Amino acid sequence: MTVQDVVPTASVPDAEHASQWRLMWWAFRRHRLAMIGGTVVLIFYLIALFCEFLSPFSPNSTSARDVFHPPQMLRLFYKDENGDRAFGLNVQAMTQKRDPFTLQTTFVPDPDRRIFIAFMGRGEPYKLWGLIPLERRLFTAANPKERFFLLGADRLGRDMLSRILYGTRISMTIGLVGVALSLILGVSLGGISGYLGGKVDAIIQRFVELILALPTIPIWLGLSASLPQDWSPLTRYFAITAILSLVGWTELARVVRGRFLALRTEDFVIAARLDGASRRRVILRHMAPSMASHIIASVTLAIPLMIIAETSLSFLGLGLQPPLISWGVLLREAQNVQTISQAPWLFAPGAGVVLAVLALNFLGDGIRDAADPYAQGQSA
Amino acid sequence: MLLGYILRRILWSVPFFFAASLISFALIQAPPGDYVTSFAATLAASGDVIDQGRLEALRDRYGLDAPFIVQYWRWISGVLQGDFGISFEWQQPVSQLIWERMGLSLALAFGTLIFTWAVALPLGIYSAVRKYTLSDYALTTIGFVGLATPNFLIALVMMYIAVVYFGADVSGLFSQEYQVAPWSWGRFVDLLKHIWLPIAILGLSSTASLMRIMRANLLDELNKPYVTTARAKGLSEFRLLMKYPVRIALNPFVSTIGWAFPQLVSGAVITAFVLSLPTAGPLLLQALLAQDMYLAGAFILLLCCLSIVGMLVSDVLLALIDPRIRYR
Amino acid sequence: MSEAVLEIENLVTEFPTRRGVFRAVDDVTLTVRHGKTLCVVGESGSGKSVTARSVLQIVDHPGRIASGRVLLHRHRTARAQEGGEEDTLDLAKLPPRGNEMRAIRGRDVAMIFQEPMSALSPVHTIGNQIVEAIRLHETMSKKAAWARAVDLLRQVEIPNPEAAAKRYTFEYSGGMRQRAMIAMAIACNPSVLIADEPTTALDVTIQAEIIDLLRKLQADTGMGLMFITHDMGVVAEIADEVAVMHNGRVVERGEPLAIFERPQEPYTQRLLDAVRRLDTPSERRLAMRATNPPSSPVLTVDDMAKHFYITGGLLGMSKETFVAVRDASLTLRTGENLGIVGESGSGKTTLGRCIQGVQRPTEGKVLYTDKAGRTTDLARLREHELRTAWRDIRMVFQDPFSSLNPRMTVGQIVGEPLLMAGTHSGAALRRRVGELLEVVGLPANAAERYPHAFSGGQRQRVGIARAIAPEPRVIIADEATSALDVSLRIQILDLLLDLQERMGLSFLFISHDIAVIRYFCDRIAVMHRGRIVETGETEAVCTNPSHDYTRSLLSAVPVPDPRRRGKTVRHRYVEDKASSTAA
Repeated sequence: MTVQDVVPTASVPDAEHASQWRLMWWAFRRHRLAMIGGTVVLIFYLIALFCEFLSPFSPNSTSARDVFHPPQMLRLFYKDENGDRAFGLNVQAMTQKRDPFTLQTTFVPDPDRRIFIAFMGRGEPYKLWGLIPLERRLFTAANPKERFFLLGADRLGRDMLSRILYGTRISMTIGLVGVALSLILGVSLGGISGYLGGKVDAIIQRFVELILALPTIPIWLGLSASLPQDWSPLTRYFAITAILSLVGWTELARVVRGRFLALRTEDFVIAARLDGASRRRVILRHMAPSMASHIIASVTLAIPLMIIAETSLSFLGLGLQPPLISWGVLLREAQNVQTISQAPWLFAPGAGVVLAVLALNFLGDGIRDAADPYAQGQSA
Repeated sequence: MLLGYILRRILWSVPFFFAASLISFALIQAPPGDYVTSFAATLAASGDVIDQGRLEALRDRYGLDAPFIVQYWRWISGVLQGDFGISFEWQQPVSQLIWERMGLSLALAFGTLIFTWAVALPLGIYSAVRKYTLSDYALTTIGFVGLATPNFLIALVMMYIAVVYFGADVSGLFSQEYQVAPWSWGRFVDLLKHIWLPIAILGLSSTASLMRIMRANLLDELNKPYVTTARAKGLSEFRLLMKYPVRIALNPFVSTIGWAFPQLVSGAVITAFVLSLPTAGPLLLQALLAQDMYLAGAFILLLCCLSIVGMLVSDVLLALIDPRIRYR
Repeated sequence: MSEAVLEIENLVTEFPTRRGVFRAVDDVTLTVRHGKTLCVVGESGSGKSVTARSVLQIVDHPGRIASGRVLLHRHRTARAQEGGEEDTLDLAKLPPRGNEMRAIRGRDVAMIFQEPMSALSPVHTIGNQIVEAIRLHETMSKKAAWARAVDLLRQVEIPNPEAAAKRYTFEYSGGMRQRAMIAMAIACNPSVLIADEPTTALDVTIQAEIIDLLRKLQADTGMGLMFITHDMGVVAEIADEVAVMHNGRVVERGEPLAIFERPQEPYTQRLLDAVRRLDTPSERRLAMRATNPPSSPVLTVDDMAKHFYITGGLLGMSKETFVAVRDASLTLRTGENLGIVGESGSGKTTLGRCIQGVQRPTEGKVLYTDKAGRTTDLARLREHELRTAWRDIRMVFQDPFSSLNPRMTVGQIVGEPLLMAGTHSGAALRRRVGELLEVVGLPANAAERYPHAFSGGQRQRVGIARAIAPEPRVIIADEATSALDVSLRIQILDLLLDLQERMGLSFLFISHDIAVIRYFCDRIAVMHRGRIVETGETEAVCTNPSHDYTRSLLSAVPVPDPRRRGKTVRHRYVEDKASSTAA
């Protein structure tokens, strides 16, 4: 006997009329970390959607003057000509100095010069989603000739912040596309396996076991290495996603099959058959809703794995290649200890990875916990 | 009963080995152009004179004009006799290149496994027993961050910290003087001095996940009726915890040793590359990037076989510790 | 009256919840006496289990004892004579995790539980678990403790105890597990044994054996027994004193004769009334049959068998055949209730599912005669061909929780068969669903709510509404009342009889509960190990069984009348070799 048996069931107002999704939402809402995770994920996808507008500069415009330019602090106030404090976004300009003996270049702050930042200012022209030509950016240098680097610059003087924002698009979507592919493979094979049972099930299960038995990373590496070098970046993008999902679908297939087998013998499914519902209807109307929430949870937890995998592959040079920008491609610049000790801000894309993965994990955990709002009533 | 089960599992894995070897060979074959063409290209690039006769002999030996299945047959029968083909980049038989590196990889993975278990299990148990306390939340947070950070990133950060704040180079597994020296006591001690950092880095994310799983398993078990029974017998909470729920919550772990170990070996590839360890990973990567496919294929085959053996070991271990499995 | 060994005084146990404190045990006072049995009886949620656990302070988190005393009089127990400073202790005052409390658990007060499978560790041998119980409280070598464990297993009548001690829980049968559990509990010769529904999960014949065993052990050792149950029959069988619990309170306490014959409280009266009515034929049914006797056969099962194949061995090549049902022949006539009774594993559920056509019979015929008088063999039809027949033959399931899709509203659930048959849709469907809900005694606005808004009994009514929706002729009810408390059980049975009268239904009623069958069914078929061993008029079979198995089954059923205690002669059915090896 547990507390659930003795304590009368929850009488949340209107719980009686609440559908599965509403009950899930109520359960999810109580999970504070998951709510935070969900918000962060949402922000990341918004960035991915509007990265052109959000980034102050074009991610590919180079500048020899600004090689390894360190990050600058964003300031809200400045001293105007009269020495009074005035409001206005700005950064302190930096100038390059070359050490006459070691020939090493360093950047020193120039106290007299400020670079003003314009909100919704006119910057380098760009095309939103590659379609709509625009000039306005959320914020950019007020003087189009000047540049500022909130997160520093890389070895070609490109703005890291803009590059990271662009990288968000590819890194976050590669997870989505990869998971979508896994979902199709996993749900159809898992569903077939669970529904038909018998020999087909046995064969598919052996196949899944085989894939699970193979070491993921070497196979990924091997497959990516055998992609032809002359493929276009876009083809490569899809090839890499396909390779990533080739391994990822097994988990989904297992979830789907397991749920399917469990549900198939559930009384309410037998009842639906006896009610005269066709196979199609039994699966779509009676079984699918019970599986949907579990599938969504697995999917959410699969995306971060894909993101990490893509980052690792690209980091090694086996994944995406420039000119595509992903967090992994950006981190490739940070491979060398000498470079990172000189320009530690090259790590910044790593923070993006950690944050995104963390947020997705929290979100997925929350969804998984809320996935079965009816579980507690049974022998808890 | 048990013996029959083990025998059955061993028989089961035969088709798996076969499939793994097919996949490895398919990867060897995947890059455009056959091996001899690439070999000739490498030779030409380095300015060597190409001896057509030698190329023909090679072509003949690997049956490169024969259909896939014949080539596979020649390759696999070589492999079974310990001949993995020739690495054209190193101009050496593959079998001479891989064993020491595989050995170091295994040692590293073994160390990581021990480290992971020693840290994760006590913390997982503690976290479950003190559920929803400050320390549980702290451990959970660390666990999540550890899971979210790719190993190679941690390795990079560690190297950065070592270089910038300590002026030390933490890459590699040996000091300069021992790098190519033959094995000796001194070299072994030197290895121990270097190996702890890679172990800690490699172990972090698996420690985090192990801790989470242990916590979840134990929380499930803590509510089971047999725990109440044991409590009603008058067992102290600690002995009760250790003898019953922990014992049962451990089952999945013992059974994953076989599976986790090869995973650690393969998972170390990227980190080993970053830390330039003299293990299998960097060589595999280098081979893949250079399309030195016999070398790469040998590594992939070995790693696959290791995984399959691991799975086998897992199942047998599970049958040993959980009497219920044997009787299925 | 013998001396009290355990006295519970004004015990209050609370569970703090988000919506305030819930009192699971509310001011309970009970006494367990030396060598006597106190039965605590109540329906689910009455707080009887929590009371028992409060004694040893092993209430599940976050429950805790708020006030009251639990006095253990150690000087009055057998152990006191052996010397030592044994006195009265208030267990409620001891810290739950402290040494003192632990020294009491398993030594002075031991406990056995409902589910012996999950209450024993799956990965330790039975011997190991008993040895642990012994060595916790007594200094003894491992070897000596093992010998004692084997001895205890012999004492609880486990055959071949030396070998049995080395086995694991899952290798034991249900009854044997409970015996092992008892052996563990009496290992240190406790003064009080608390048994929390120890026979609920067992078949009646096993239940009778366990009760016999407990009684024998009590006679030998003089331990006080606190027996928690919901079954008035068991109470009548063993109680020396009865406490009736309801909503966390003890509503009535007394001698069994007094409680059974002169219950003071309305709750006790209702409970007993339901129990008594169940064991006799429903008058309603008899009246119905008098005016409208059962006519021609509607369902005829002819020599039906169902085999299951278990693949195993190397690469799944060896196949074992398990015969779940063999040579089953039955006839159900229009307007008749046929009961199928049997213990777990007797094949009664498989029989029901094969008749319905959810599972395909391996051999034999299932002949269904429809309204127009046409007869078809359902055993030969494929699923899509069965759909017409399924409108006439409906099913009510055992578990009111798993048989309703939690993701559909009650209206959608009840309306599904109508929608599928294409007879109703739109507003007509809604109207019809409303009518159906009203017929089964649910408010019409129930249609918009989800199943989780309803209690077990109400959910079972929803299941019945779904079954009668397409105006069927036959309903197969598989343990339809087993998950319900006894007072709800009779309400549901009356509802079914009501529907029978209104709609001219015939019932195939599958149950393990003879009392329910006796109330509801005109004829009865007794199943044992896949075989129908006896069929006949219910009363005739129940009063004068012809097959040995039926006799043993009937004699094992506890009678809710303390005056008849010890009067029924127990028959033990020993199977002949032939049928047991074939199974």
